[in-house]
Amino acid sequence: MPILLYAVLCYHSEDVVMSWPAPREAAVMDRLAAVEEKLSKAGRLGPVAKLMPTTAAVTLRKDQDPPLIIDGPFAETKEQLLGFFIIECAGLPEAITAASELARANPGGAYEIRPVAVLRTNKVFQ
Amino acid sequence: MNDPAWLNAALTSARPQAIAALLRYFRDMDTAEEAYQEACLRALKNWTKHGPPRDPAAWLILVGRNAALDASRRHRKLQPLPTDEVLSDLDDAENPLVERLDSADYRDDLLRLLFVCCHPELPATQQIALALRIVSGLSVAQIARAFLVSESAMEQRITRAKACIAHANLQFETPGAAERSLRLETVATMIYLLFNEGYSATGDTAGMRFALCDEAIRLARLLLRLFAGEAEIIGLTALLLLQHSRSAARLDGNGQIVLMEDQDRSLWNRTMINEGLALIDKALRHAHTGPYQVQAAIAALHARAPSFSATDWPQIELLYATLEKLQPSPVVTLNRAVALAKVQGAAAALDLIEPLAGRLAGYFYFHGVKGALLRDLGRSEQARETYNRAIALANTAAEAAHIRSQLDRLMSDPAPTERPCK
Repeated sequence: MPILLYAVLCYHSEDVVMSWPAPREAAVMDRLAAVEEKLSKAGRLGPVAKLMPTTAAVTLRKDQDPPLIIDGPFAETKEQLLGFFIIECAGLPEAITAASELARANPGGAYEIRPVAVLRTNKVFQ
Repeated sequence: MNDPAWLNAALTSARPQAIAALLRYFRDMDTAEEAYQEACLRALKNWTKHGPPRDPAAWLILVGRNAALDASRRHRKLQPLPTDEVLSDLDDAENPLVERLDSADYRDDLLRLLFVCCHPELPATQQIALALRIVSGLSVAQIARAFLVSESAMEQRITRAKACIAHANLQFETPGAAERSLRLETVATMIYLLFNEGYSATGDTAGMRFALCDEAIRLARLLLRLFAGEAEIIGLTALLLLQHSRSAARLDGNGQIVLMEDQDRSLWNRTMINEGLALIDKALRHAHTGPYQVQAAIAALHARAPSFSATDWPQIELLYATLEKLQPSPVVTLNRAVALAKVQGAAAALDLIEPLAGRLAGYFYFHGVKGALLRDLGRSEQARETYNRAIALANTAAEAAHIRSQLDRLMSDPAPTERPCK
């Protein structure tokens, strides 16, 4: 059975997520940790990232030389990319199952399930 | 989703944008607030039944606007507008209108809303209270608790502040560049004062008041999202995050201040520090220095230092010198002296602050710093006198207690030799 990597890209309104009271944030993180642990025990969980607020981002437009550096995220959208999981799956159905479990732990917003073409695991994270 | 926590978070996060747009529409704060309240009531009913709309703020603006217009039409016996029942989603004819309502004007709407709270006739504490009530949507009880006053006193304060802005001549045309930057500066000051209101808290109520710091950071980020390229707003947000990152280490179990040199750095919040550092790096790219960026750069050097003694004091001293030029004040010079003492020793620092004695005669911190410098120079008797003056000027029990502990140290170890801790 071929093994595929899927990125689960987490989109949600940053405004809404940052208005969560601390106990709610903690409860969501606990529930996510439980799902992550299950995936991790099965040896299927890769890097997991929570991104800093979009206000910390700069965007480098590389369609010109030298590139143009703009403050802020790439796109002004209602929902922002707030983080991602990398999960090993046999195929799309399994990826949807895993993402659905994560979704039950953290409802609201959307997960984009996107197959990963190449993943290099470099040493920085060890 | 019918999760009430989701509803609350959606309403809280949509509030500034919705009130700001309604204020532009009705040009009257009371009408804008009433319209928003009405929209929230309808949202509680409608969203739990039909699910949340894709854009909660746009929904609240449209429904709030219709509700207020409807009320005035009923008053004049005219045809009512369609109810919000048909507006379960905005993917219809109303959508272009809402788009026009929010995206084009949102920036200036929100800035105006914050700016309205900063009316020059209002004292700073009232500006802050008003912003917490109107922009953040905190209840009067919550604000009263944060300011340690009774609910009725806070109610009165807010009512008076609202009456003051109701008579103010608000500007509703799109501001020019100069006016916009003036408003930004005024609003940034208000957010900074709000932060300090929480940050300066000590004692057993400090935990409660830290909520003000969180709210200030939320407002700073909100502003930054709209003015992404404003170096000073980036700097302000960085500064607030870097200062707040030390909160858990700044007070001991009794709510007394722990000096930075005695703080347990493992209690510093690394997430906030990292975000603050990322922001200050962004701000410095603009090569457009301002006081918030310089203060954030100083806080960043503290955040990066592995220990108090391994702090980059020469750089901090330089940054205070820059701040002195940008924003001359005896208090900034006093802070520079503290850094200078680490670089060149207590004698140089004492020379720097002696000329401030007149202007800072009634300032607690001046005598605290001077006492420590005299002690480091081995001038114990003068140090003791200066410390006593500091205690007499202390604003809080915590400040007095801190100086008393310095006095105790002085008594048990009366003549330390000078120790430049470079």
